[in-house]
Amino acid sequence: MSMIIVENLKKSFGDLEVIKDMSTVVEEKEVICVIGPSGSGKSTFLRCLNRLEEISGGHVYIEGTDITDPKVDINKVRQNVGMVFQQFNLFPHKTVLQNVTLAPTKLKKGDQKAVEKKAYELLDKVGLREKAKAYPGELSGGQKQRVAIARALAMDPKIMLFDEPTSALDPEMVGDVLDVMKQLAREGMTMVVVTHEMGFAAEMGDRVLFIDGGYIVEENVPKELFGNPQHERTKAFLSKVL
Amino acid sequence: MQTIINAFPYLMEGLQVTLYIFGIAIVIGFLIGLIVALLRLAPLKILNWIAKIFVDAIRGTPFIVQLFFIYFGLNSLGFFSLDNTTAGIVTVAINAGAYFSEIIRAGIQSIDKGQTEAARSLGLNPTQTMRHIILPQAFRRMLPTITNQAIISLKDTSLLSVIGVADLTQEGRIQASATFDAFNVYLILGIIYFVVIYLLSMLASFVERKFVLR
Repeated sequence: MSMIIVENLKKSFGDLEVIKDMSTVVEEKEVICVIGPSGSGKSTFLRCLNRLEEISGGHVYIEGTDITDPKVDINKVRQNVGMVFQQFNLFPHKTVLQNVTLAPTKLKKGDQKAVEKKAYELLDKVGLREKAKAYPGELSGGQKQRVAIARALAMDPKIMLFDEPTSALDPEMVGDVLDVMKQLAREGMTMVVVTHEMGFAAEMGDRVLFIDGGYIVEENVPKELFGNPQHERTKAFLSKVL
Repeated sequence: MQTIINAFPYLMEGLQVTLYIFGIAIVIGFLIGLIVALLRLAPLKILNWIAKIFVDAIRGTPFIVQLFFIYFGLNSLGFFSLDNTTAGIVTVAINAGAYFSEIIRAGIQSIDKGQTEAARSLGLNPTQTMRHIILPQAFRRMLPTITNQAIISLKDTSLLSVIGVADLTQEGRIQASATFDAFNVYLILGIIYFVVIYLLSMLASFVERKFVLR
Protein backbone atom coordinates (compact mmCIF):
# COMPACT_ATOMS: atom_id res chain seq x y z
CA MET A 1 0.00 0.00 0.00
CA SER A 2 1.27 3.44 -0.88
CA MET A 3 2.05 5.61 2.14
CA ILE A 4 0.74 8.82 0.59
CA ILE A 5 -1.52 9.30 -2.41
CA VAL A 6 -2.28 12.85 -3.52
CA GLU A 7 -5.13 13.10 -6.03
CA ASN A 8 -5.91 16.38 -7.82
CA LEU A 9 -5.10 18.39 -4.69
CA LYS A 10 -6.35 21.99 -4.69
CA LYS A 11 -5.81 24.68 -2.08
CA SER A 12 -6.99 28.29 -2.11
CA PHE A 13 -6.59 31.08 0.42
CA GLY A 14 -9.63 33.21 -0.36
CA ASP A 15 -9.31 34.13 -4.03
CA LEU A 16 -5.68 33.11 -4.17
CA GLU A 17 -5.26 29.65 -5.68
CA VAL A 18 -1.98 28.36 -4.27
CA ILE A 19 -2.26 24.73 -5.32
CA LYS A 20 -4.09 24.34 -8.63
CA ASP A 21 -3.83 20.63 -9.30
CA MET A 22 -1.27 18.27 -7.85
CA SER A 23 -1.15 14.49 -7.88
CA THR A 24 1.60 12.16 -6.77
CA VAL A 25 2.24 8.94 -4.90
CA VAL A 26 4.80 8.27 -2.16
CA GLU A 27 5.73 4.66 -1.47
CA GLU A 28 6.96 3.22 1.80
CA LYS A 29 10.60 4.13 2.63
CA GLU A 30 10.79 6.66 -0.17
CA VAL A 31 12.50 9.98 0.37
CA ILE A 32 10.80 12.67 -1.70
CA CYS A 33 12.42 16.08 -1.95
CA VAL A 34 10.27 19.02 -2.98
CA ILE A 35 12.00 21.98 -4.60
CA GLY A 36 10.77 25.13 -6.29
CA PRO A 37 10.81 28.91 -6.10
CA SER A 38 9.38 30.64 -3.04
CA GLY A 39 5.64 31.18 -3.30
CA SER A 40 5.27 28.20 -5.60
CA GLY A 41 3.10 26.30 -3.12
CA LYS A 42 5.60 23.71 -1.92
CA SER A 43 5.16 24.41 1.80
CA THR A 44 1.39 24.53 1.36
CA PHE A 45 1.58 21.18 -0.44
CA LEU A 46 3.43 19.69 2.53
CA ARG A 47 1.01 21.22 5.06
CA CYS A 48 -1.92 19.65 3.20
CA LEU A 49 -0.41 16.19 3.78
CA ASN A 50 -1.32 16.34 7.50
CA ARG A 51 -4.19 18.78 6.99
CA LEU A 52 -2.52 21.65 8.82
CA GLU A 53 -4.11 23.49 5.92
CA GLU A 54 -7.74 22.72 5.17
CA ILE A 55 -7.81 21.10 1.74
CA SER A 56 -9.97 22.90 -0.83
CA GLY A 57 -10.31 20.08 -3.36
CA GLY A 58 -9.09 16.63 -4.34
CA HIS A 59 -8.02 13.85 -2.02
CA VAL A 60 -5.04 12.98 0.17
CA TYR A 61 -4.73 9.40 1.36
CA ILE A 62 -2.36 8.63 4.25
CA GLU A 63 -1.84 4.86 4.52
CA GLY A 64 -5.15 4.43 2.74
CA THR A 65 -7.14 6.87 4.92
CA ASP A 66 -8.70 9.76 3.01
CA ILE A 67 -7.88 12.71 5.29
CA THR A 68 -10.15 15.02 3.29
CA ASP A 69 -13.08 13.02 4.68
CA PRO A 70 -14.49 15.19 7.49
CA LYS A 71 -15.38 12.06 9.47
CA VAL A 72 -11.73 11.02 9.74
CA ASP A 73 -10.12 11.46 13.18
CA ILE A 74 -7.30 13.70 11.97
CA ASN A 75 -5.57 13.62 15.38
CA LYS A 76 -5.18 9.87 15.02
CA VAL A 77 -3.71 10.23 11.52
CA ARG A 78 -1.30 12.97 12.65
CA GLN A 79 0.11 10.68 15.34
CA ASN A 80 1.60 8.67 12.48
CA VAL A 81 2.84 11.68 10.53
CA GLY A 82 5.67 13.62 12.15
CA MET A 83 6.37 17.17 11.10
CA VAL A 84 9.44 19.37 11.41
CA PHE A 85 9.10 23.12 10.89
CA GLN A 86 11.40 25.81 9.55
CA GLN A 87 11.01 27.78 12.80
CA PHE A 88 11.42 24.65 15.02
CA ASN A 89 8.35 25.55 17.13
CA LEU A 90 9.72 23.90 20.26
CA PHE A 91 7.62 24.46 23.39
CA PRO A 92 9.62 27.15 25.24
CA HIS A 93 8.06 26.44 28.65
CA LYS A 94 9.11 22.78 28.58
CA THR A 95 12.55 21.22 28.89
CA VAL A 96 14.07 19.39 25.96
CA LEU A 97 13.05 16.08 27.54
CA GLN A 98 9.49 17.31 28.17
CA ASN A 99 9.25 18.53 24.58
CA VAL A 100 10.01 14.99 23.45
CA THR A 101 7.83 13.17 26.01
CA LEU A 102 4.79 15.49 25.96
CA ALA A 103 2.86 14.00 23.07
CA PRO A 104 3.49 10.31 23.87
CA THR A 105 2.61 11.00 27.52
CA LYS A 106 -0.64 12.84 26.80
CA LEU A 107 -1.63 10.46 24.03
CA LYS A 108 -0.88 7.45 26.24
CA LYS A 109 1.80 5.68 24.31
CA GLY A 110 3.00 3.32 27.03
CA ASP A 111 3.93 4.11 30.63
CA GLN A 112 6.00 7.10 31.68
CA LYS A 113 9.18 5.09 32.27
CA ALA A 114 9.13 3.62 28.78
CA VAL A 115 8.30 6.99 27.25
CA GLU A 116 11.29 8.60 28.98
CA LYS A 117 13.63 5.79 28.06
CA LYS A 118 12.57 6.16 24.44
CA ALA A 119 13.02 9.94 24.64
CA TYR A 120 16.61 9.54 25.87
CA GLU A 121 17.30 7.10 23.04
CA LEU A 122 16.00 9.65 20.55
CA LEU A 123 18.07 12.43 22.12
CA ASP A 124 21.08 10.13 21.81
CA LYS A 125 20.26 9.65 18.18
CA VAL A 126 20.27 13.40 17.52
CA GLY A 127 23.33 13.85 19.76
CA LEU A 128 21.65 15.89 22.50
CA ARG A 129 21.25 13.62 25.51
CA GLU A 130 23.24 16.02 27.66
CA LYS A 131 20.74 18.80 26.89
CA ALA A 132 17.74 16.84 28.21
CA LYS A 133 17.18 19.18 31.16
CA ALA A 134 17.88 22.39 29.22
CA TYR A 135 15.16 24.71 27.95
CA PRO A 136 14.85 25.47 24.23
CA GLY A 137 15.95 29.07 24.86
CA GLU A 138 19.37 27.77 25.88
CA LEU A 139 19.95 25.89 22.61
CA SER A 140 21.40 26.95 19.26
CA GLY A 141 19.23 26.80 16.16
CA GLY A 142 20.75 23.54 14.98
CA GLN A 143 20.24 21.96 18.38
CA LYS A 144 16.63 23.16 18.47
CA GLN A 145 15.93 21.60 15.11
CA ARG A 146 17.45 18.30 16.18
CA VAL A 147 15.24 18.33 19.30
CA ALA A 148 12.27 19.06 17.04
CA ILE A 149 13.13 15.97 14.99
CA ALA A 150 13.41 13.88 18.17
CA ARG A 151 10.05 15.27 19.33
CA ALA A 152 8.38 14.24 16.09
CA LEU A 153 9.99 10.78 16.20
CA ALA A 154 8.74 10.18 19.74
CA MET A 155 5.29 9.34 18.37
CA ASP A 156 6.81 6.56 16.20
CA PRO A 157 5.54 8.09 12.98
CA LYS A 158 5.44 6.12 9.74
CA ILE A 159 5.96 9.31 7.72
CA MET A 160 8.06 12.41 8.42
CA LEU A 161 7.35 15.77 6.80
CA PHE A 162 10.11 18.39 6.77
CA ASP A 163 9.24 22.00 5.94
CA GLU A 164 12.49 23.72 4.97
CA PRO A 165 14.19 22.34 8.10
CA THR A 166 17.52 24.06 7.52
CA SER A 167 16.39 27.41 6.10
CA ALA A 168 16.44 29.25 9.43
CA LEU A 169 19.84 27.89 10.48
CA ASP A 170 23.30 29.41 10.44
CA PRO A 171 25.36 27.70 7.70
CA GLU A 172 27.59 25.84 10.15
CA MET A 173 24.51 24.28 11.81
CA VAL A 174 22.99 22.91 8.61
CA GLY A 175 25.31 19.88 8.42
CA ASP A 176 24.30 18.46 11.83
CA VAL A 177 20.61 18.60 10.97
CA LEU A 178 21.11 17.11 7.51
CA ASP A 179 23.18 14.29 9.04
CA VAL A 180 20.29 13.35 11.32
CA MET A 181 17.91 13.40 8.35
CA LYS A 182 20.25 11.26 6.28
CA GLN A 183 20.45 8.72 9.06
CA LEU A 184 16.66 8.62 9.24
CA ALA A 185 16.43 8.11 5.49
CA ARG A 186 18.92 5.25 5.63
CA GLU A 187 16.88 3.61 8.39
CA GLY A 188 13.96 3.47 5.96
CA MET A 189 11.75 6.36 7.14
CA THR A 190 9.27 7.58 4.55
CA MET A 191 10.10 11.26 4.17
CA VAL A 192 8.79 14.26 2.29
CA VAL A 193 11.28 17.11 2.49
CA VAL A 194 10.68 20.64 1.25
CA THR A 195 14.17 22.01 0.90
CA HIS A 196 16.55 24.46 -0.70
CA GLU A 197 19.45 22.09 -0.07
CA MET A 198 19.98 20.78 -3.61
CA GLY A 199 22.93 18.69 -2.39
CA PHE A 200 20.69 16.84 0.05
CA ALA A 201 17.99 16.36 -2.60
CA ALA A 202 20.52 14.97 -5.07
CA GLU A 203 22.16 12.65 -2.55
CA MET A 204 19.20 11.39 -0.51
CA GLY A 205 16.13 11.88 -2.67
CA ASP A 206 14.61 8.83 -4.31
CA ARG A 207 12.60 11.30 -6.31
CA VAL A 208 12.53 15.07 -6.59
CA LEU A 209 9.38 17.08 -7.24
CA PHE A 210 9.78 20.47 -8.86
CA ILE A 211 6.79 22.65 -7.95
CA ASP A 212 5.97 25.96 -9.59
CA GLY A 213 2.82 28.02 -10.00
CA GLY A 214 0.62 25.58 -8.09
CA TYR A 215 1.55 22.51 -10.16
CA ILE A 216 4.05 19.69 -9.90
CA VAL A 217 5.91 20.69 -13.05
CA GLU A 218 8.36 17.83 -13.09
CA GLU A 219 8.95 14.71 -11.03
CA ASN A 220 11.93 12.42 -11.49
CA VAL A 221 14.90 10.69 -9.90
CA PRO A 222 17.42 13.35 -8.83
CA LYS A 223 19.99 12.37 -11.43
CA GLU A 224 17.53 12.97 -14.25
CA LEU A 225 15.82 16.02 -12.77
CA PHE A 226 19.05 17.81 -11.99
CA GLY A 227 21.07 16.46 -14.94
CA ASN A 228 18.49 16.46 -17.68
CA PRO A 229 15.48 18.64 -16.78
CA GLN A 230 12.64 18.42 -19.30
CA HIS A 231 10.72 21.64 -18.69
CA GLU A 232 11.80 25.18 -19.36
CA ARG A 233 10.72 26.31 -15.90
CA THR A 234 12.75 23.55 -14.24
CA LYS A 235 15.78 24.52 -16.30
CA ALA A 236 15.35 28.20 -15.44
CA PHE A 237 15.00 27.44 -11.72
CA LEU A 238 17.97 25.07 -11.61
CA SER A 239 20.17 27.48 -13.49
CA LYS A 240 19.55 30.01 -10.72
CA VAL A 241 20.12 27.73 -7.72
CA LEU A 242 22.84 25.33 -8.83
CA MET B 1 -4.45 58.45 68.76
CA GLN B 2 -7.11 57.07 71.05
CA THR B 3 -9.71 57.20 68.23
CA ILE B 4 -7.49 55.10 66.05
CA ILE B 5 -6.90 52.51 68.75
CA ASN B 6 -10.64 52.31 69.33
CA ALA B 7 -11.51 52.17 65.63
CA PHE B 8 -8.82 49.70 64.61
CA PRO B 9 -10.55 46.43 65.64
CA TYR B 10 -13.65 47.46 63.66
CA LEU B 11 -11.53 48.27 60.64
CA MET B 12 -9.87 44.83 60.87
CA GLU B 13 -13.29 43.20 60.88
CA GLY B 14 -14.12 45.19 57.79
CA LEU B 15 -10.85 44.13 56.19
CA GLN B 16 -11.76 40.49 56.74
CA VAL B 17 -15.05 41.03 54.91
CA THR B 18 -13.25 42.85 52.10
CA LEU B 19 -10.69 40.06 51.68
CA TYR B 20 -13.39 37.38 51.87
CA ILE B 21 -15.42 39.05 49.13
CA PHE B 22 -12.34 39.77 47.04
CA GLY B 23 -11.00 36.22 47.39
CA ILE B 24 -14.20 34.54 46.24
CA ALA B 25 -15.01 37.11 43.56
CA ILE B 26 -11.56 37.07 41.99
CA VAL B 27 -11.51 33.26 41.64
CA ILE B 28 -15.00 33.20 40.12
CA GLY B 29 -14.12 36.24 38.02
CA PHE B 30 -11.06 34.49 36.66
CA LEU B 31 -13.08 31.42 35.70
CA ILE B 32 -15.67 33.65 34.01
CA GLY B 33 -12.82 35.40 32.20
CA LEU B 34 -11.32 32.12 31.00
CA ILE B 35 -14.66 30.79 29.76
CA VAL B 36 -15.58 34.06 28.03
CA ALA B 37 -12.13 34.28 26.41
CA LEU B 38 -12.48 30.74 25.05
CA LEU B 39 -16.00 31.53 23.78
CA ARG B 40 -14.60 34.63 22.14
CA LEU B 41 -12.01 32.52 20.31
CA ALA B 42 -14.29 29.55 19.61
CA PRO B 43 -14.82 28.57 15.98
CA LEU B 44 -18.58 29.23 16.30
CA LYS B 45 -19.69 32.78 15.38
CA ILE B 46 -22.70 32.81 17.70
CA LEU B 47 -20.48 32.05 20.72
CA ASN B 48 -18.10 34.88 19.73
CA TRP B 49 -21.05 37.25 19.62
CA ILE B 50 -22.42 36.23 23.00
CA ALA B 51 -18.99 36.73 24.55
CA LYS B 52 -18.51 40.07 22.83
CA ILE B 53 -21.91 41.41 23.90
CA PHE B 54 -21.18 40.41 27.50
CA VAL B 55 -17.79 42.13 27.52
CA ASP B 56 -19.12 45.26 25.82
CA ALA B 57 -22.05 45.50 28.23
CA ILE B 58 -19.81 45.31 31.28
CA ARG B 59 -17.12 47.60 29.90
CA GLY B 60 -19.66 50.13 28.74
CA THR B 61 -21.42 50.60 32.09
CA PRO B 62 -20.20 51.90 35.47
CA PHE B 63 -19.50 49.39 38.22
CA ILE B 64 -21.96 51.06 40.57
CA VAL B 65 -24.78 50.76 38.01
CA GLN B 66 -24.01 47.06 37.63
CA LEU B 67 -24.11 46.71 41.40
CA PHE B 68 -27.49 48.50 41.67
CA PHE B 69 -28.87 46.50 38.77
CA ILE B 70 -27.95 43.19 40.41
CA TYR B 71 -28.85 44.12 43.99
CA PHE B 72 -31.93 46.32 43.53
CA GLY B 73 -32.91 45.51 39.95
CA LEU B 74 -32.80 41.71 39.96
CA ASN B 75 -34.13 41.48 43.51
CA SER B 76 -37.12 43.64 42.55
CA LEU B 77 -38.24 40.99 40.05
CA GLY B 78 -39.00 38.75 43.02
CA PHE B 79 -37.65 35.47 41.62
CA PHE B 80 -34.96 35.29 44.26
CA SER B 81 -33.45 37.49 46.90
CA LEU B 82 -29.72 38.09 46.99
CA ASP B 83 -28.32 39.48 50.22
CA ASN B 84 -26.01 42.44 49.78
CA THR B 85 -22.78 40.47 50.27
CA THR B 86 -23.76 37.89 47.63
CA ALA B 87 -24.87 40.61 45.23
CA GLY B 88 -21.51 42.31 45.83
CA ILE B 89 -19.53 39.14 45.15
CA VAL B 90 -21.54 38.48 41.99
CA THR B 91 -21.01 42.02 40.71
CA VAL B 92 -17.27 42.07 41.38
CA ALA B 93 -16.89 38.59 39.81
CA ILE B 94 -18.83 39.48 36.66
CA ASN B 95 -17.10 42.83 36.31
CA ALA B 96 -13.61 41.35 36.79
CA GLY B 97 -14.56 38.44 34.51
CA ALA B 98 -15.24 40.75 31.59
CA TYR B 99 -11.89 42.48 31.95
CA PHE B 100 -10.04 39.21 32.61
CA SER B 101 -11.53 37.73 29.45
CA GLU B 102 -9.99 40.47 27.34
CA ILE B 103 -6.61 39.98 29.05
CA ILE B 104 -6.76 36.21 28.57
CA ARG B 105 -7.88 36.53 24.96
CA ALA B 106 -4.98 38.86 24.16
CA GLY B 107 -2.59 36.52 25.97
CA ILE B 108 -3.76 33.49 24.00
CA GLN B 109 -3.56 35.39 20.72
CA SER B 110 -0.04 36.58 21.50
CA ILE B 111 1.30 33.00 21.39
CA ASP B 112 2.90 32.18 18.04
CA LYS B 113 0.74 30.14 15.67
CA GLY B 114 3.65 27.74 15.22
CA GLN B 115 3.07 26.48 18.77
CA THR B 116 -0.45 25.35 17.88
CA GLU B 117 0.76 23.84 14.62
CA ALA B 118 3.53 21.89 16.33
CA ALA B 119 1.15 20.55 18.96
CA ARG B 120 -1.55 19.64 16.46
CA SER B 121 0.97 17.98 14.14
CA LEU B 122 1.91 15.66 17.00
CA GLY B 123 -1.71 14.55 17.23
CA LEU B 124 -2.86 16.63 20.22
CA ASN B 125 -6.48 17.74 19.90
CA PRO B 126 -7.49 21.41 20.26
CA THR B 127 -8.31 21.06 23.98
CA GLN B 128 -5.00 19.36 24.80
CA THR B 129 -3.15 21.97 22.77
CA MET B 130 -4.85 24.81 24.63
CA ARG B 131 -4.31 23.24 28.03
CA HIS B 132 -0.71 22.01 27.76
CA ILE B 133 0.87 24.35 25.22
CA ILE B 134 -1.00 27.64 24.79
CA LEU B 135 -2.45 28.51 28.21
CA PRO B 136 0.71 27.87 30.27
CA GLN B 137 2.68 30.20 28.00
CA ALA B 138 -0.12 32.76 27.78
CA PHE B 139 -0.56 32.94 31.58
CA ARG B 140 3.07 33.83 32.09
CA ARG B 141 2.69 36.73 29.73
CA MET B 142 -0.61 37.82 31.24
CA LEU B 143 0.45 37.82 34.87
CA PRO B 144 1.33 41.54 35.19
CA THR B 145 -1.95 42.61 33.55
CA ILE B 146 -3.93 40.13 35.62
CA THR B 147 -2.38 41.54 38.80
CA ASN B 148 -3.37 44.99 37.67
CA GLN B 149 -6.99 43.97 37.16
CA ALA B 150 -7.06 42.15 40.50
CA ILE B 151 -5.94 45.34 42.23
CA ILE B 152 -8.65 47.33 40.47
CA SER B 153 -11.23 44.75 41.55
CA LEU B 154 -10.01 44.89 45.14
CA LYS B 155 -10.53 48.64 45.12
CA ASP B 156 -13.94 48.20 43.49
CA THR B 157 -15.08 46.21 46.52
CA SER B 158 -15.05 49.47 48.47
CA LEU B 159 -18.12 50.50 46.46
CA LEU B 160 -20.09 47.66 48.05
CA SER B 161 -20.32 49.86 51.14
CA VAL B 162 -22.99 51.78 49.22
CA ILE B 163 -25.40 48.84 49.51
CA GLY B 164 -24.49 48.37 53.15
CA VAL B 165 -21.93 45.55 52.96
CA ALA B 166 -19.86 45.78 56.15
CA ASP B 167 -16.56 45.90 54.31
CA LEU B 168 -13.46 47.88 55.17
CA THR B 169 -14.80 51.11 53.70
CA GLN B 170 -18.19 50.74 55.39
CA GLU B 171 -16.50 50.16 58.77
CA GLY B 172 -14.39 53.24 58.09
CA ARG B 173 -17.48 55.34 57.39
CA ILE B 174 -19.11 54.14 60.60
CA GLN B 175 -15.99 54.82 62.64
CA ALA B 176 -15.49 58.23 61.06
CA SER B 177 -18.94 59.37 62.13
CA ALA B 178 -18.79 57.63 65.51
CA THR B 179 -15.48 59.21 66.51
CA PHE B 180 -15.87 62.58 64.75
CA ASP B 181 -12.27 62.09 63.61
CA ALA B 182 -12.77 61.67 59.85
CA PHE B 183 -9.25 62.78 59.02
CA ASN B 184 -7.44 60.10 60.98
CA VAL B 185 -9.92 57.30 60.29
CA TYR B 186 -9.85 57.81 56.53
CA LEU B 187 -6.07 58.20 56.62
CA ILE B 188 -5.77 54.84 58.37
CA LEU B 189 -8.33 53.38 55.95
CA GLY B 190 -6.18 54.48 53.03
CA ILE B 191 -3.04 53.05 54.61
CA ILE B 192 -4.72 49.68 55.19
CA TYR B 193 -5.82 49.48 51.52
CA PHE B 194 -2.35 50.53 50.44
CA VAL B 195 -0.61 47.86 52.54
CA VAL B 196 -2.96 45.11 51.33
CA ILE B 197 -2.47 46.08 47.69
CA TYR B 198 1.26 46.41 48.18
CA LEU B 199 1.43 42.89 49.61
CA LEU B 200 -0.70 41.65 46.72
CA SER B 201 1.62 43.10 44.11
CA MET B 202 4.65 41.72 45.95
CA LEU B 203 3.07 38.28 45.84
CA ALA B 204 2.41 38.75 42.12
CA SER B 205 5.98 39.72 41.31
CA PHE B 206 7.23 36.75 43.33
CA VAL B 207 5.05 34.43 41.25
CA GLU B 208 6.21 36.19 38.09
CA ARG B 209 9.86 35.63 38.92
CA LYS B 210 9.15 32.01 39.74
CA PHE B 211 7.51 31.42 36.36
CA VAL B 212 9.73 33.61 34.24
CA LEU B 213 9.27 32.85 30.55
CA ARG B 214 12.31 31.04 29.26
